[in-house]
Amino acid sequence: MPYIPTTDRDRAAMLKAIGVPDVDALFADIPASVRIPGLKLPAGRSESDVVEHMRRLAHRNSHTLVSFLGGGYYDHFIPACVDELSSRSEFTTAYTPYQPEASQGTLQAIFEYQSAICRITGMEVANASLYDGGTALYEAAMMAIRLTGRRKILLDSGVNPIYRNILVSYTGNLAVDFEEIPVVHGQSDRDRITAAINDKTAAVILQNPNFFGAVDDFTDVIETAHSKGCMAVMSVYPVSLGLLKTPGVMGADIVTGEGQSLGLPLSFGGPYLGFMASRMQHVRKMPGRIAGETIDGAGRRGFVLTLQAREQHIRREKAMSNICSNEALCALRALIYLSWLGRHGFKELARTCAQKAEYAKTRLGAIPGVEVKKSAPTFNEFTLALPCEASGLVSRLIDRGFAAGFPLGRYYKGMDNYLLVAVTEKRTREDIGRLAEALEAAL
Amino acid sequence: MSALIYEKSSPGRRADNLPRLTPAEAGLKLRIPPKYFRDEDADLPELSELDVVRHFTNLSRKNFSVDANMYPLGSCTMKYNPKVCERIAALDGFSSLHPLLPQLRGGGMLTQGALEVLYETERWLSEIVGMDAFSLQPMAGSHGELTGMMLVAAYHKDKGNRKTKVIIPDSAHGTNPSSAAIAGYTVVSIPTGPDGGIDLARYEAALDDEVAAVMLTCPSTLGLFERDILKIADLAHKRDALLYYDGANLNALLGRCRPGDLGFDVVHVNLHKTFSTPHGGGGPGAGPVGVKARLIPYLPTSIVVKRTDGTFALEYERPKSIGYIASFYGNFGIILRAYAYMLLLGAEGMRRVSENAVLNANYMQARLKTRYEPAFNRLCMHECVFSASRQAARGVHAIDVAKALVERGLHPPTVYFPLVVKEALMIEPTETESREQMDEFIDAMLDIADLAEQDPAQFPAMPRNTPVGRLDEVKAARDMHFKA
Repeated sequence: MPYIPTTDRDRAAMLKAIGVPDVDALFADIPASVRIPGLKLPAGRSESDVVEHMRRLAHRNSHTLVSFLGGGYYDHFIPACVDELSSRSEFTTAYTPYQPEASQGTLQAIFEYQSAICRITGMEVANASLYDGGTALYEAAMMAIRLTGRRKILLDSGVNPIYRNILVSYTGNLAVDFEEIPVVHGQSDRDRITAAINDKTAAVILQNPNFFGAVDDFTDVIETAHSKGCMAVMSVYPVSLGLLKTPGVMGADIVTGEGQSLGLPLSFGGPYLGFMASRMQHVRKMPGRIAGETIDGAGRRGFVLTLQAREQHIRREKAMSNICSNEALCALRALIYLSWLGRHGFKELARTCAQKAEYAKTRLGAIPGVEVKKSAPTFNEFTLALPCEASGLVSRLIDRGFAAGFPLGRYYKGMDNYLLVAVTEKRTREDIGRLAEALEAAL
Repeated sequence: MSALIYEKSSPGRRADNLPRLTPAEAGLKLRIPPKYFRDEDADLPELSELDVVRHFTNLSRKNFSVDANMYPLGSCTMKYNPKVCERIAALDGFSSLHPLLPQLRGGGMLTQGALEVLYETERWLSEIVGMDAFSLQPMAGSHGELTGMMLVAAYHKDKGNRKTKVIIPDSAHGTNPSSAAIAGYTVVSIPTGPDGGIDLARYEAALDDEVAAVMLTCPSTLGLFERDILKIADLAHKRDALLYYDGANLNALLGRCRPGDLGFDVVHVNLHKTFSTPHGGGGPGAGPVGVKARLIPYLPTSIVVKRTDGTFALEYERPKSIGYIASFYGNFGIILRAYAYMLLLGAEGMRRVSENAVLNANYMQARLKTRYEPAFNRLCMHECVFSASRQAARGVHAIDVAKALVERGLHPPTVYFPLVVKEALMIEPTETESREQMDEFIDAMLDIADLAEQDPAQFPAMPRNTPVGRLDEVKAARDMHFKA
């Protein structure tokens, strides 16, 4: 039997040591009326058979489309060392580092990851990870509610619509009041946002770049928020921070984001990485694990999980969050990726994506009837206005081998003719040129 | 002590090797005004690729892991994770798949293999735990609990029930009360009775019409099967309270009995425990939630359906759904590994898991109970709980026993949990450990018991052969040094 080392001889000796006649006797506490002789499932299969089966299934998924699909989840290249190092089984088959002397590898990596998140976001403290960008934003909203004692959240409609759906679902049974402020021409409506902030507002939630790809500097909005005792929560695309002003400099109180683009495969939606960073003054209200530096009896530096009085295993129903298992291995991947990129590579990656997107705008914008929305500056993703329905066009382009982008009409009323196009460093000039040709032909 | 990666940085050194821009791309002016740019570069380290590789290779060597050490952490099910499952999750047809593809018109047909994996995994899990449907979206056990509590709330709201409380035994994981509270419920804690089960009289007294759900772990965190489970379920259902199953310990019951048959209405299972996906130093895991038929309408958006032509699709229009609890379809890479594991084991393999997990834990208990005080002197399920009370009387506490095991190259059991046992040592060997390996662990534990009697003063210095000795946790919390 695979993965079970116990032989008949072992079993006999063990049963004798226990003092029972057979294995069934060990299950005597289970009421006879609910015991089953076995499950109604197929028999086990050989390793080669399972590999073959899974290969066939994998093959039934698209893996040849040239992708311009983003929407918060991007097709960046993953350097080999990220896969190789993160798949070392000393990392993958370890548990949560509850015994620090036996887990310094994981703990130091968490500490370095927290440092990396602070360095790219310009914030003071980061946690060890949350599930994904969407649930991290929900945790940030709840953190702001705890910190302010207020229950109202202002939500910019430029925030990823999937994240907004998550926020609404989780707070359904809690007394949290959302007000959504619609974007104007794909940009945050700062006048309406600032006018809506009052002494009941726990947080204003913003995203940069927003779902339409628009880049902004929210310093003024955040100042207004602070003047009313309201917190500023920002969701960011980490790769953009190679170029863009950090949420830390803008004054944000809590920063979250989807870490998928930092060396994680798209993998049909997970596992991903929710990151969160904040200010030191708020750290005791932050959810999730935190690694801290300390010393041992001989004065040697080491790392431990700390401030655990925030967490569920200590505080139970009074904990800051119910999170236990997080995305530690994904955080490790992000750390390795950022270390490989380094100071210069991080900036170069951002610039490469932005330049390629600029090139794509030039090519796609030159197609008759297609207009690049230019009301706001963009980073690596931008909105195209089409002379036809985007969803139909995307479908026709799939047949030509392209995932041309995401039709905005799916989440935004009245935007059926708008397409969101993302460009990463993986898309060559030829890919972009061929997309332009195919798109023109498919109109 | 090893240097931090930031301390190894040397200005001008680079590991990255990114695609070069063509002149046509590079020549364009970025239409981003300067005020939107960051002033200073992010202070990431400057290293060669070999620097990066050595750093993380050496870090990895400072970890205990299932692949290198026995790791009998109670309640964590640190079993062997088959290598083939890793290889399957890395197949390009799965790993490069964009999650928004099925939301494009015609895109669903480009993800048929992935949707089939989701659909089949749901079916397998449904049969294994005796539920009618599953959602694979929750990304960890506690995420499953919260989802489950949201389902409970939606059910009661739909029926017009006004319920405010959730009953949870005091032996439960901290995530249970935390998840119930976050879902908006008041937690009612029930003490453990003299035989390790829930105190039935106190349970009955607490069970009123305000109770929305009863959350149970079965076997409990004490490693004991809840003997009164059928009565507990019956009493709950008479009040229209739902019974929630925390699947942390499902490994003990695989193929022997099904939570659905015991009366549970909502369950979560931990794919990273029972279904052998690696724990990754704390995650990612996956905590799919299963329900009985009457709760299906409330399952999270979206669900996978099989159409009459045999193709698979995602259904989003579900008016009674609790909505989005995850961005997509859960931790797909983890679900893939678990699905492969289930295919490898099949029906017979599942039963062998519980059989050997329970056999191993009872062997461990039988051999150790001469020297360590068993929390409850009865047969256990997949894990056994001791109190280090005899050792503590000599000044050697559970944590000291743990550090002495680390010194011997063995990962300690869970200590100080469950909270209801003083000086708790909670040992879960799992089915994948051999008798020889368990004997080594038992010998070490007996040796430690001897040492506790003979020379307790030796313990505070342990462990001595690890990268660091015992760390000052008070200093860590006081200094609050969380970044370099």
